[in-house]
Amino acid sequence: MALLDFLKKIEPDKKKSPFLHTLFDGFFTFAFSPNATTKGGVHIRDGMDLKRTMVHVVLALQLCYVFGTYNIGHQHFVALGMHTGFVEAIHLKLAYGLIQLLPIFVVTHLVGLGIEFWYAAKKGHAIEEGFLVSGALIPLIMPPDIPIWILALSVAFAVWIGKEAFGGTGMNILNIALLARVFVFFAYPTTISGDHVWVSTFMDEGVVKAAAGSVAEYGWWHTGFFNGLFEWMGLDTFRAGATVVDGYTGATPLGLAAKGSWADVTAVYSPSQMWWGAIPGSIGEMCKPAIIFGAVFLIATGIASWRIMLGAVIGCATMGLILNGWGATEFMLIPWYYQFIMGSFMFAVVFMATDPVTAASTTRGKWIYGFLIGFVGLIIRVLNPAYPEGWMLAILFMNVFAPLIDHYVLEGNMTRRAKRLAAIKSTAS
Amino acid sequence: MKNGILKASFLVFFLSFAFTASAQSSGDSSNYLLYGLIAIAALILIAVILQVSDNLLRIEAKQLGADKSGESFSLFPSFSKMFTPAAPDYVGEEPVHRFTKGHDILLEGAAEGAIEDAEVNTFAIQPKNFIGMSPIPKVTVEVGDNVKAGDILFFDKKRPEVKYAAPVSGEVIAVNRAEKRSIAEVVILKDKDMQYRSIESFDLANGSREELVNYLLEGGAWPLIRQRPYNVVADPSETPVNIFVSTFDSAPLAPNLNLVVEGQEAAFQKGLDVLNQLTGGAVYLGLDARTGNEPAAAFRNASGVEKQWFNGPHPSGNVGIQIHHTMPVDAQMKAWTVDVQGVITIGKLLLEGKYDASRVVVIAGAEFVEPKYVRTYQGANIGDLVKDNTKADSKVRLVSGDLLSGKQKSAEQYLDFFDDQLSSIEEGDYYEMFGWLVPIAPRPSISNTFPNFLYPDYKFTPDTNTHGEKRAFVVTGQYESVLPMDIYPQQLMKSILVNDFERMEGLGIYELVEEDVALCEFVCTSKQPLQAILREGLDAMQDQG
Repeated sequence: MALLDFLKKIEPDKKKSPFLHTLFDGFFTFAFSPNATTKGGVHIRDGMDLKRTMVHVVLALQLCYVFGTYNIGHQHFVALGMHTGFVEAIHLKLAYGLIQLLPIFVVTHLVGLGIEFWYAAKKGHAIEEGFLVSGALIPLIMPPDIPIWILALSVAFAVWIGKEAFGGTGMNILNIALLARVFVFFAYPTTISGDHVWVSTFMDEGVVKAAAGSVAEYGWWHTGFFNGLFEWMGLDTFRAGATVVDGYTGATPLGLAAKGSWADVTAVYSPSQMWWGAIPGSIGEMCKPAIIFGAVFLIATGIASWRIMLGAVIGCATMGLILNGWGATEFMLIPWYYQFIMGSFMFAVVFMATDPVTAASTTRGKWIYGFLIGFVGLIIRVLNPAYPEGWMLAILFMNVFAPLIDHYVLEGNMTRRAKRLAAIKSTAS
Repeated sequence: MKNGILKASFLVFFLSFAFTASAQSSGDSSNYLLYGLIAIAALILIAVILQVSDNLLRIEAKQLGADKSGESFSLFPSFSKMFTPAAPDYVGEEPVHRFTKGHDILLEGAAEGAIEDAEVNTFAIQPKNFIGMSPIPKVTVEVGDNVKAGDILFFDKKRPEVKYAAPVSGEVIAVNRAEKRSIAEVVILKDKDMQYRSIESFDLANGSREELVNYLLEGGAWPLIRQRPYNVVADPSETPVNIFVSTFDSAPLAPNLNLVVEGQEAAFQKGLDVLNQLTGGAVYLGLDARTGNEPAAAFRNASGVEKQWFNGPHPSGNVGIQIHHTMPVDAQMKAWTVDVQGVITIGKLLLEGKYDASRVVVIAGAEFVEPKYVRTYQGANIGDLVKDNTKADSKVRLVSGDLLSGKQKSAEQYLDFFDDQLSSIEEGDYYEMFGWLVPIAPRPSISNTFPNFLYPDYKFTPDTNTHGEKRAFVVTGQYESVLPMDIYPQQLMKSILVNDFERMEGLGIYELVEEDVALCEFVCTSKQPLQAILREGLDAMQDQG
């Protein structure tokens, strides 16, 4: 183990340079499981640890990442009216998506991990793995065209205020990834609201938007690096100066539904398109099969709670049926089963709601928590006049209520146990 | 009742669906859907009527007191009856407590074969084995004294009536002290021929309970009886509600108690008779209903006791789990527990008039050359027990007790008072490259991220590596999945950490001792020391009074 000896040799001193030591420790324990043995208590420990738990969530997200990368490019070219087929010019779409996604991914991790490392050094504990998952989730729930500085600010807010202020991994009340998203939503409403942000990257007099006539913006990576590469390989290249086709809006299905009816939605997107996910939207939330793959993976490995997922589906279906029955607006009349595939319901329920730290922690509490997320989320989606999506707010709302749910479940347990004891006492005496 | 409500709500659910369907189906082509839904609704209506009548039937049975026998008066067979395999023949018609929660950790190195006599020279009784005892008990012998088996070695100044007896006869060769002059062990060099202090016999049929208690106290057998909550030596001035004896041990590599009781049937039954006199309630015997583990005749045919059958993975054999499912305890309702070998010792005291602390000990673990059963006495020297039996080429940790709740010992130390198991495990102080991501050696785990579930019969050779660092509580629902009790362990642990006494009491801290949460500690992703936390909480509760 020459590498091990080398790493041990370069280990910085903990007292002289605490930050460097924390950094070293973080990377060292990443590369090597520590040699700690059990002391007192049990003598054997389960092979599972927090790193392994977290990395399995990241693994479950991989298909969403692949499809998200493709879809950024695909939507870009659909707006231009070029390569509209699903598999046409797949190299261009992936290259375009990568150029868009990589900076988001890198900045998210630089900012988030930077704050984590700094706090770990300051408090003198090991770097905890919480941000592994948050860092993988945040890029997937952002619009593809988010300005990098807004992203950096939102990640800093989420990690700093949402997590470190509460004491670090395992102590936070609100879901970190959603906190970053909600920060963007409330702090920069003008920059990222409307239909234009979901498709990238077009400039119209200095403002990012995907309206008819806007010109596609390419940088050195597109025209210099990838065009050179693709030319050499004899493939299609990015064409500078292409403009958005007439009549293109880049609206999301929910945007259409909020303004019109199900017929207006299906006029633009078919249910199968919504199912496969080749439509505008947040980066990782569109492809339902990829999310279902993640859900099955998480349930099979036992990492995420199937109770929360199933509870949310039941809650959403219940509210969908109620709204269908009520039918006061066109939006309410959208068949309840289509509500599942329209927005980010699945992604939110599979990856956000099941965060064990912020969810209810009791078995019964998980059912209630999941159900209410589905129930409340659809109310927000359909009845909220400002913004036609609800899962972010519903989950944060239920995060706040999760301790209350647990409290009553525990009270119930305590009462039940007390009653059983009292019954036995009365028969014994 | 709950089912009825559930089905009724489904009915409403489907009806609302049907109305929307009918509203949408303007043409006659999709009327099939509507008819279909109405048919389903009708079926559900019938089911609800059936359910209600079934419930009425059961309520009637309850009012008449006919359901006490455990027989089902429902129209439908219960789910558990339909899907659980039939109990083994010897269980007969008696009800079985079945657990799905829990986990059997299968390990290499199980002991088999006949019981050998061990050659052990020194024995020791360790005051620290008795929870709550003052650190410096009054030692009534001096170094150099000759004692007989059953002679009193020391007693606790707080409770002088409880006397702790010598397990063997011989010379007291040392009174070893630990930190702050506390007494660690009183060591006896065993004679070649055992001599017993003769104790006059006791007439169980005519003696009073008080006389019996005094007899056990004088005979030195009292410390074998422990009290729940807290797992401390029982208070002789109290009368327990019930006494529990578990006749099987489900811990990893635990001894087969059928072997232990072989040839001691009379003493075991006598011991149970003694316990019957001590309690105001009943003596409950926990029996093994797992297939292929037929309890010995001494257990099955024991008389004067209430038998309870338990089926499920570890910790189904823990007496704490069995108490929970029979008759739970709290600060006022105390139960006493005695292990099988303790019962035999008590029985022999009455039968033969001597304190016979002989113990069958299992020496098991992958690091032993030859795992085996040996016959020795309480507090045997570990070095003597494992002489020439450990594998030479590995760093071995010796553990008195099982690998989940036992104590680490060196070869110079002694088996703990209540332990009948000596385990071994390899030390795991190595670095493993990407060990968290791609583990090389197989390791026990309840997680499906390891391929363990594909090999349910695989026997592991684990080591003491923690496989990760300590973290805050993150994962939920994990502890509950291995604790077959109506208790929320994680919330209980948190309430202990914040000293919330009301919560601790309400969430059932009285029902737990270390061995019950040991499996929770094993599975903990955050590597939290649950047994230590629980003891902290129990100490705090005890201080509160």
